[in-house]
Amino acid sequence: MRHIISILVENEAGALSRISNMFSARGYNIESLTVAPTEDASMSRMTVVTKGSDDVIEQITKQLNKLVDVVKVVDLSEAEHIERELMLIKVRAGAKERDDVKRMADIFRGRVIDVSDNTYTIELTGDGAKLDAFLQALDQSAILETVRTGASGIGRGNRILRV
Amino acid sequence: MDRIKTEELTGAEIVIRCLQAEGVEVVFGYPGGAVLWIYDELFKQDKVRHVLVRHEQGAAHAADGYSRSSHKVGVCLVTSGPGLTNAVTGIATAYMDSIPMVIISGQVPTHAIGEDAFQECDAVGITRPCVKHNFLVRDVKDLAVTMKKAFHIAATGRPGPVLVDIPKDVTVNRTEFHYPETIAMRSYNPVRKGHAGQIKKAVQLLLEAERPMIYTGGGVVLSNASAQLRDLVKRTGFPVTNTLMGLGAYPATDRQFLGMLGMHGTYEANMAMQHCDVLLAIGARFDDRVIGNPAHFAQNPRKIIHIDIDPSSISKRVKVDVPIVGNIPDVLGDFLGLLKDAKPKSIAGWWKQIHDWRSKDCLKYDRDSKVIKPQFVLEKLYEVTGGEAIVTSDVGQHQMWAAQFYKFEQPRRWINSGGLGTMGFGLPAAMGAVLANPGATVACVTGESSIQMCLQELSTCKQYRLPIKIINLNNKYMGMVRQWQQFFHGNRYSESYMDALPDFVKLAEGYGHSGLLVDKPADVEPALREAFRRKKDLVFLDFITDQAENVYPMVPGGKGITEMILSEDL
Repeated sequence: MRHIISILVENEAGALSRISNMFSARGYNIESLTVAPTEDASMSRMTVVTKGSDDVIEQITKQLNKLVDVVKVVDLSEAEHIERELMLIKVRAGAKERDDVKRMADIFRGRVIDVSDNTYTIELTGDGAKLDAFLQALDQSAILETVRTGASGIGRGNRILRV
Repeated sequence: MDRIKTEELTGAEIVIRCLQAEGVEVVFGYPGGAVLWIYDELFKQDKVRHVLVRHEQGAAHAADGYSRSSHKVGVCLVTSGPGLTNAVTGIATAYMDSIPMVIISGQVPTHAIGEDAFQECDAVGITRPCVKHNFLVRDVKDLAVTMKKAFHIAATGRPGPVLVDIPKDVTVNRTEFHYPETIAMRSYNPVRKGHAGQIKKAVQLLLEAERPMIYTGGGVVLSNASAQLRDLVKRTGFPVTNTLMGLGAYPATDRQFLGMLGMHGTYEANMAMQHCDVLLAIGARFDDRVIGNPAHFAQNPRKIIHIDIDPSSISKRVKVDVPIVGNIPDVLGDFLGLLKDAKPKSIAGWWKQIHDWRSKDCLKYDRDSKVIKPQFVLEKLYEVTGGEAIVTSDVGQHQMWAAQFYKFEQPRRWINSGGLGTMGFGLPAAMGAVLANPGATVACVTGESSIQMCLQELSTCKQYRLPIKIINLNNKYMGMVRQWQQFFHGNRYSESYMDALPDFVKLAEGYGHSGLLVDKPADVEPALREAFRRKKDLVFLDFITDQAENVYPMVPGGKGITEMILSEDL
């Protein structure tokens, strides 16, 4: 099953490699990984999307907790949570495609953030499935370039991850 | 040279002051460019003794052996680049067996890092997968607190090696020195006490057990919980087995001890492990060499209680019913408290079954052999040393025979590389053991292949007069490789025979020691007696042993622990 794991980690040099090393050394899968400092600059928050059986996920959280730099680990998928990912996508948008592309972006609540004579660059956020759906909805041959941040996640309601 | 302020010290001085503050008595190391200032400060003081090895791998193993035989943190000091990479095997060895060590490595100056400078390597990157934690100290102001953290992390929780990488300019720069008494880290707080509810549940299971079994590993030795384990075994009357790493935690001559379990464990220990109905695992990790195939192990239903300081060791290979995370002496103390007024069920029937298994005498070997049987050497070693020696070993058949035939009565007397299986470990580890236990009898059980992997340390032994007795079981083969090739590769002994072996007696003499060649069974005991009589000397005993001998019982890789190959003599 797919899990979203949130990790609070000391903002030290090498912390990211400790975590990614652990995943590769133990053969765990990383679907995506995002990291940035939190409001407390001494800590970073990392979101790792991974897949595995319950046993594997249990080991992953234990192994993460074992790393000396890791302050806290939460498997967001254990309870209600919100997941978002940002995608930037450059599509061919010449005179005859422009309207269609714009309409499709609107349906998905995407925004056109850069325009050239024959391209649109669209910004789109949502969960992974929504971004996939948008890519499917476009004329495949019109897609010139995509970049995705990987998922970030946060618990719903009073579920708070902090020190 | 005048100091501006009395407290302002150079990084190099701070390193030494930190070691002194930690009570470090011995550092194993090898100098080089990046650590010259640290060596300069070592030279100027006499509290911390430096032992000069001949290769950095030896430094790491010696620090490791020092720690295993004493429960102190082992310390080694190496230079940047090759100094550090040479030490990596020793660091990984310590990591796999959870040995508390601090490794100080020199690094090129901070401004040169990343420029492919002379003797530069990414020390924290290279060691990251084989240390508990590591640090690169970029600012001399962080040095003292980093050293404190290193010792704290190495010795607490599940112990392990910690590397502190110090660029050369940091050893020259000055700052005020203050060594913190204690350290708090929000990201690192190992537990001590076990969960009371879980402990109650576990004790209840033990009291209701009909076929109980206690299985303990290196964790009991590392946490100094041998006394509590002995109390628990006596209080319950249950059978107990130790892993390779756990030998000595429970006295091997006691009737309740079933011997070592696992790939080369005894028949009775492996059978009892498989057929018990309640298993109490303490500081052990159900690894592949211990329980073999986990699916086969799971065929027999049983309740498992697992005590370990490291949550990630629990339910990793084998699903556990009652996990207890905590420091073993604390947890066993709680167990004993609850067991005070309780009486376990009678398990006479279970013991009868175990005695039946035991009567198979699975370690039997041919005692009338005309050639020296390696098992015989180990038995005699046990007799001659009165079971009191600290025995280090290398890796292979000799290691297994030592584990099977030397009966360890006390913890921290059996020192071997169990997890990583590092050939070359034995001799430098023995050096560490001698330095941690002056006056103790120390034997290094090895083979002609293993000993050649860190042979250069014979020179260190000479310099520091380390009276190690080297028990070389020489069968001219990488014995364990040969055994696997015989069993599983159709007798094709691919590259496991070693031609052109040195004359070990002359070699020992060349290093200034003495050696003795022993090739007749009748000479084994007299040779051992002669060697151990010479308390001040290193003696290299080269025993020419049976080339065809195998270690039995043997559980083939991937098989269940009851699927043992037994000796043809049975």
